[in-house]
Amino acid sequence: MEEDLDLLQEATEEAEAAEDSRALYEVKMKFLGRTGKVTALLKSMKDIAAEARPAFGKKVNALREAIEEKFAAIEERLKGRELEKKLAGEKIDVTMPGKRTKKGALHPVTRVKDQLIDLFSGMGFEVFEGPEIETEYYNFTALNTPADHPARDMQDTFYLEAGSGQKESLLLRTQTSAGQIRVMEKKKPPIKILSPGRVFRSDDDATHSPMFHQMEGLVVDKGITLCDLQGMLDEFAKKMFSETSKTRLRPSYFPFTEPSVEVDVSCASCGGKGCSLCKGTGWIEVLGAGMVNRRVLENCGVDPDVYSGFAFGMGIERIAMLKYGINNIKLLTENDVRFLEQFED
Amino acid sequence: MLLPYSWLKEYVNVSIPAEELKEKLFSCGFEVENLTYLGKDVTGVFTGKIVSCEKHPDADRLTVCGVDCGEKGVKQIVTAATNVFEGAIVPVALDGATVKHEGGVQKIKTGKLRGVTSEGMFCSGEELGINDDFYEGAEVNGILILDKDTPLGADIRPIVGIDDYIFDIAVTANRPDCMSIYGLAREVAAVLKKGLKPLDETCFHAVPTDVKFSVEVKEPKLCPLYVGSYVKDVKIGKSPRWLRRRLALMGLRSVNNIVDITNYVLLEVGQPMHAFDRKFLHGNKIIVRCAKEGEKITTLDEKEFTLRPDNLLICDGERPVALAGVMGGLNSEIKEDTSEVFFEAAVFARDSVRKTSRSLGQRSDSSARFEKGVYEIFPWMAMTHALTLMERLGCGTPTQCTVVGNLQSVAEYGGITPKQIETTYKKIDDVLGISVPKEEVNGILERLGFGVTDKGEALSVLVPLWREDIDGYPDLAEEVIRMYGYEHITPTFLEHATVTHGGRTPAQEQERKAKRTLEKEGFFEACNYSFYSPKDLDLFRLPAEAPERNAVRLLNPISEDLSVMRTFLMPSMLQNAVRNVRRGNYEGKLFEIANVFSYDLLLEEELGGKLQNRHIVLCTWGEGDFFELKGAIEALGDAFDVTFTYERGERPYLHPGATATIRIGGLEVGVMGELHPAIAEELALEKKVFLAELDYEAASEKFAKDITYHNLPKFERIQRDLAAVVGEEVTCAEMEACILHACKAVKRAELFDVYRGKQLGQDKKSMAFRLTFEQDEKAEKGLTPEQIDGFFRKIVANLKHNLNAELR
Repeated sequence: MEEDLDLLQEATEEAEAAEDSRALYEVKMKFLGRTGKVTALLKSMKDIAAEARPAFGKKVNALREAIEEKFAAIEERLKGRELEKKLAGEKIDVTMPGKRTKKGALHPVTRVKDQLIDLFSGMGFEVFEGPEIETEYYNFTALNTPADHPARDMQDTFYLEAGSGQKESLLLRTQTSAGQIRVMEKKKPPIKILSPGRVFRSDDDATHSPMFHQMEGLVVDKGITLCDLQGMLDEFAKKMFSETSKTRLRPSYFPFTEPSVEVDVSCASCGGKGCSLCKGTGWIEVLGAGMVNRRVLENCGVDPDVYSGFAFGMGIERIAMLKYGINNIKLLTENDVRFLEQFED
Repeated sequence: MLLPYSWLKEYVNVSIPAEELKEKLFSCGFEVENLTYLGKDVTGVFTGKIVSCEKHPDADRLTVCGVDCGEKGVKQIVTAATNVFEGAIVPVALDGATVKHEGGVQKIKTGKLRGVTSEGMFCSGEELGINDDFYEGAEVNGILILDKDTPLGADIRPIVGIDDYIFDIAVTANRPDCMSIYGLAREVAAVLKKGLKPLDETCFHAVPTDVKFSVEVKEPKLCPLYVGSYVKDVKIGKSPRWLRRRLALMGLRSVNNIVDITNYVLLEVGQPMHAFDRKFLHGNKIIVRCAKEGEKITTLDEKEFTLRPDNLLICDGERPVALAGVMGGLNSEIKEDTSEVFFEAAVFARDSVRKTSRSLGQRSDSSARFEKGVYEIFPWMAMTHALTLMERLGCGTPTQCTVVGNLQSVAEYGGITPKQIETTYKKIDDVLGISVPKEEVNGILERLGFGVTDKGEALSVLVPLWREDIDGYPDLAEEVIRMYGYEHITPTFLEHATVTHGGRTPAQEQERKAKRTLEKEGFFEACNYSFYSPKDLDLFRLPAEAPERNAVRLLNPISEDLSVMRTFLMPSMLQNAVRNVRRGNYEGKLFEIANVFSYDLLLEEELGGKLQNRHIVLCTWGEGDFFELKGAIEALGDAFDVTFTYERGERPYLHPGATATIRIGGLEVGVMGELHPAIAEELALEKKVFLAELDYEAASEKFAKDITYHNLPKFERIQRDLAAVVGEEVTCAEMEACILHACKAVKRAELFDVYRGKQLGQDKKSMAFRLTFEQDEKAEKGLTPEQIDGFFRKIVANLKHNLNAELR
C-alpha cells in the first residue's frame, strides 16, 4: 500500500495535462472523488494493522492536501486562461448603434397647447373645452355680435345643414370665445378660464386653413384693468418665446371686447431689430385681446358695474409656427411622418 | 380704404413724411397695409420745350429735336413720335432716368439712333403711369404734350400729379365712418392734434321750384331713411381736372360731371348716391318697395335681372328704376342731354343689400359700402356736399325740392338725436388701469368730434352722429387710450384679483395620458380636418344604412372634398397612410384623438345632451402586423387598468379574416383590423395598413381614475409551460378562458408559441402557454410541487373536455 502513497506525481501530471477546467474536474474526480484513488486509500485503512493506521492516515491526508493544493493552483491558472478566452470572444464593436424602443411624438399643436395650459394653469386658469358645433347664440349673439352686425363678415362661418326636427341653426364655431359664455353662465366670478380647441373658418389658401386651433383666456374679477392684461401677456411672451420678449398693444376691434387690442410680441429672431421674419418691424402679431365688453358680461348674468375682465385669444398653429420656424401651415395637417418625427421629446 | 396724401391735405394741414404718418395711423388703430409712392418708377424726367425739329439724316421715321430743359440745358433727343412739334412742352427722360414700361421699369441712357446721339427720350402718358384723368392728353397715341405755361426743367411728377402717396388702410368693422376720405381726415387731425377743415365751407343756395316730388317707403326696416333732391338747369359735361384726378387716384374712371359727383361723394363722405334723369321718373314719385316675384330690371351695365320678393327696389310712379343700394336702372340713366337730375342718398339695411347683391351676383362700390353699414347722418352730409359741388362746378342749380322718405322711422329709431354718455373720469381710468390727465381726455374726445362737458369728477359726453359704435364709457376709454398712446399702459400682474386654482380636469389629464401612452408605443400624433368627403364613405364600402353615413353636411363647404363632418376617423387616417407611402415613408404609426359628429348627436343637443363624441383612431402601415397594432391598444388598456377583449368581427372596409371588435366587459367600444385588400388595391397601396378606432368617450368612462396598489403575496410565483394540440378553429381567447376557469391559482396564461407541422396532423396546431401560479396575499402556505401537479392535471382535463385539446 505504501507505494500507492506516491500518487502526487501522477495526479500532478494528469492535472497539468488537463486542457480546461472541465477536464481538470475529471482528474479531480479520478483522485479525490467518491471512487477516486485517494479516497480508495482511505477506505483501505480498515485492511491495515490498527497500530499502523494513525501513521498511514496521516500520510494519506497529507497526500490529499498536497493534491488539492496542486489542483487548486492549476485550476486558478486554467480559469484565468478561460476568462481571457471568453472575454476575447465577447469583444464587441462599441461603435455599433444602440438598440432603442422607437418612440413616437405628440403633434406640435398639442405640444404648444400643453405648454400654454401648463403656463396658464400656474396662474390659476382652469381648462374648459366647449363644443365644436355651436349655436348662433353662443358663437355670435351672446358675444355682442347680433345677426346684422358687420363683425359677422369678419369671419367666414361654416353653417350646418339642419337635421330633421332640429330647431336652431347650427354652425362650426369660428372662435373659442364661444366657450366664454358657456363658462360664465354656470360659474360666477372670480373666473380664470382657458379654452383651447378647434375652430373653423371658410378660408383656404396659402396662409389660411379651414380648421385651426385657438386658445382663449378669460379673467373676470373685481378691479381688472388693461394694465393687468398686458402684465399677464408679458409673462406669456417671456415663457413662450424668450426671457427678453416684450409685448406691444395697439388698437383693434372685436365685438366682445372694449377696448380691443392687437398684441404684438417683440421678434425673438432678431430681438426687435427687424428681420425677414418680422418683415423689418421688430414685432410679430401674435394675438387679439381686450377688456370684456359690458354687454357680454350682462348676457351671462355678471354685473358689469361690479366686475370687469379681460379676454385674449391666440392661434395655436401661429404660435407653433413661430416657435419652431414652420413656414407652411399646411404641413400641420398633412401628417407626413418625416415632419411629425421632428417633434420627438 | 385708399387715402391719397394730397386729398387728405385738403382737410388737414399735414406735412410730415408719409412714413411717419403711417406710424401715427398705426398707433391709433388704422393699419396701413400698403403705402405707395405713385412716382416711384418715374425718376429723372423733366419738362422741356422743343426748340428745333429736323428730319433724321438716315431714317425717314425719326426726328431729331433740340429741347430746352431749363436749368438742365438744351438736349438733343431723337424720337419716332409723330405728334411732336416746335414749341411743344413735353416730358423728357434724361440720361439715367427711369420710366414705366410694360408693367416694369425701363432705364433710359444716352445712346445713338442710326448714328445720331439722343440724350434721352420723350415720354408718353403711359410711360408716366397716367391717363387722361390725371392729365388731359395722357392717352393720345404719342408723346404727352404739356400745357403751354408749364415751367421748363421741372420735375414732371408734381406736374402730372404723381408726386403723391396712396395709403391703403385697413378699417375695422366698427368704423364705417372711416370708410371715407373725410372720416380718415378726422382721425389724422385728432392724432396729430391739428384742425379739421369743414367738409363744405359754404352751403349751396337752393332756388324755389314748382316741381314737387313724393317719396313713399313701403319697407321702413329695409330703408330707414331716404333723402332725395331735385336739381334743375343741369349741364352735362366733363368734370374739372382736380376732380377727375382724385377719382383716378382712387382707381375710378371719370364718366361725366353728374356721375362723377356721386362717385366723388361716395369716396369723400362714404355715402353711396345715385342720380336719376328726372325726365324718366314718371309721376315725380319715388316708391321704395320689395320686388314682385319674377319682376325684371335692367341695370346701368345693361344686365337684366329677374327678381325675388326679398330684393328691394326703387320705383317711380310706374316701374322699377333702381336696384336699391346696388345699381341704378338703365331706364333712368344720366345721358348727354340730361337737363334735370334727381339725387338719391339713402340708408339701406346692410343685410338686405348684401343678400340682393350676392343672390344676383351683382356687386358695385355702392353695395360694398352698404354692406359695411351706413349711418343716418351720412345721407344728409352727402346730399349737402353733392349739391354744394353742383353749385361750385356750375353744372346745375339746387332747388328747394328736397324730399325725405321715412322721416317717421328716423324719429322712431332715435337715429338723429345724438347719444349722451354720463360717466366719470375715474371709470375711464379704471378700465385702463392708469390715470389719464383730464385735459388729455377732454382734448382727445373733442378732437374726435365729441361734445364734452367737464363736471369736475364727472363728465357728460355728446356722441357725434357718425359714431354709432360708441356706447358707453369703455368705448370712451378706448378712444382716449388709442390717441393718448398704448405705451402709457404699465404692465401689472392681476393686483386685485382673487387667487384661483387652475389646471386640467381629470378627463383632460386622462386624455393627455392616453396620448403620452401611445407616444411611448411609437405612435405619432396626427391632426386632420374635422370634415371629409362623402367619397371617403364610398371608398370604405359603407352601405346606405350604415351609421357612418349619417353625416352632418356643411351648408357652405369649401369644396365637396371637405363637405361632411367626420362620423368616424379612419378615413382621414387612411388618407394619411396613403400620402405617406406615396412620399416614400413606407413605415409609420399614427393616432388621432378628435371629435366625431352625427345628426343623432345634434338632436341630443336639443335635449340637453352632447353635440359631439370623442374617438381615438390608430393606424399602422409597413412591415408590422395586426398584433403590433393590438399591442398598442393593450398598452392603452394597461395605462388605464382596463382589459379589452377581442372577438372576431366584421366591417365592410376591413379584411374579413383579420377584424376584431373590441369590448370592455360587455360594452363594445371599437373595432380593429387590416384594411380590406380590395381597398388597398384600389388605392394602389403596396403596404398593409392596419386601423383601429375606439369610442374614446365610452371607453374612458371605464378607465381607472388612479393607480390601485395591491399587497404582494408572501410566496413566490411559479411558472409552468403547457403545450396542447387543438383544432385550427380553437382560438387563443378560448384556450385562455378554459385554463383560467379550471384553476383559480393560475393568475395568468400567456400564449408564447404557436406551431403547425405534419406530425400534428391536418388542421391542427400546437399552442404553448406559460402559466403563472400565485397565491393570494392572505395565503399562509406556499404551493407545493404536488399541488401544482394537481392543478396542471385539472387544467389538461378541462382543455380536453371543452376544446378537445391533447397535451403535447
